[in-house]
Amino acid sequence: MAETKYELLTRSIFKRNPIALLVLGVCSSLAVTGQMTTALVMAICVSLVVAFSSLTISIVRFQIPSTVRIGIQIMVIATMVILVDQFLKAFYFGLSKQLSIYVGLIITNCIVMGRAEGFAMSNPPIASFIDGIGNGLGYGFVLMFVSFFRELFGSGSLFGMQVLPLAGDGGWYIRNGLLVLPASAFFMIALLIWLMRTFDPSQQEK
Amino acid sequence: MGHYIDIIFRSIFLENMPLSFFLGMCTFLAISKQVKSAIGLGAAVLVIQIITTPINNFILNTVLKPGALSWLGQPNLDLTFLGLLTYIAIIAAVVQILEMVLDRFMPSLYNTLGIFLPLLTVNCAIFGATLFMVERDYTFGESVAYGFGAGGGFFLAVVALAGIRERLEYADPPAGLKGLGITFITTGLMAMAFMGLAGMEL
Repeated sequence: MAETKYELLTRSIFKRNPIALLVLGVCSSLAVTGQMTTALVMAICVSLVVAFSSLTISIVRFQIPSTVRIGIQIMVIATMVILVDQFLKAFYFGLSKQLSIYVGLIITNCIVMGRAEGFAMSNPPIASFIDGIGNGLGYGFVLMFVSFFRELFGSGSLFGMQVLPLAGDGGWYIRNGLLVLPASAFFMIALLIWLMRTFDPSQQEK
Repeated sequence: MGHYIDIIFRSIFLENMPLSFFLGMCTFLAISKQVKSAIGLGAAVLVIQIITTPINNFILNTVLKPGALSWLGQPNLDLTFLGLLTYIAIIAAVVQILEMVLDRFMPSLYNTLGIFLPLLTVNCAIFGATLFMVERDYTFGESVAYGFGAGGGFFLAVVALAGIRERLEYADPPAGLKGLGITFITTGLMAMAFMGLAGMEL
């Protein structure tokens, strides 16, 4: 591997962002971007799961027979997700109710599988761990970007704190109802992709 | 009966898997360039959905729920924390079995659906339907209806998107929006159209 550890960590944020460039892991993520708090928790959960499942799979990569590798990877990932899920249920019950099924859906998040299959199976543990964190950051970056605009202009708040006083409560800001709806997440991601591809034309499709 | 139709209608139009819960997005966006392959993918999702949702419901009610194993002399055993692991294993197993059965007995269908089947183990729409079924505490009958509706909704959405994308080939968007970007916007517009049905009651 010619890349240094630092490059491993940062390349997934802009250059090889898992969502914007590789279309991985869009599935479960967008529904949690209505509020920044849930988006942040989701990003942390995914980072932890990717990092530790990559680490585990990388450690045992020589013992895994290639015919059943998908099954083994899924089992490792599912175990990590159960740990995260139980932790949230025990210490942050309100948040775990809000995230509802989306924590469980990290299992089928293509980023986790993609990194396990594409990177951890052929690289040493430490590099896999860092790569996992990097991909978690790339995913978290998209989530935070989308949720920042959705929460700020959709309900006039950030992390649940009122920033723009709403017209309904005697303030001046009339909230944008479209951004509360799930459909707006698609538009935000499309705009983000447009932005990233304008600055880095090598990502454009022909 | 009306109750079941309500569940089906609701899960196809109002709670459409890809368009209002964003589930199954990866495959949804990846395999919607042509109507023909979209139909294959949609049908595969529908079939798997109809089989796995009821099976997982059955497992939940007979093995995992607190007290479900009382006939084994374990009235206080609560295995629901093993849920995620069990459901994904069941889905993976059903996908594998279906692949083998189709290969053996219906080669023509296997050729249409075959390449999509392995993808479906990690399809969030299928896993998501199971998790929603668990969260909403559906009975066995309701879970059959829900599986059918959730699969049908995916089928409808992916075929419709593929139809639009075939036409988009002739459009001329800005360079940065080509491909993925414009597809996201199209999906967003479709999601808004589906939301127009939200007020309907059966």
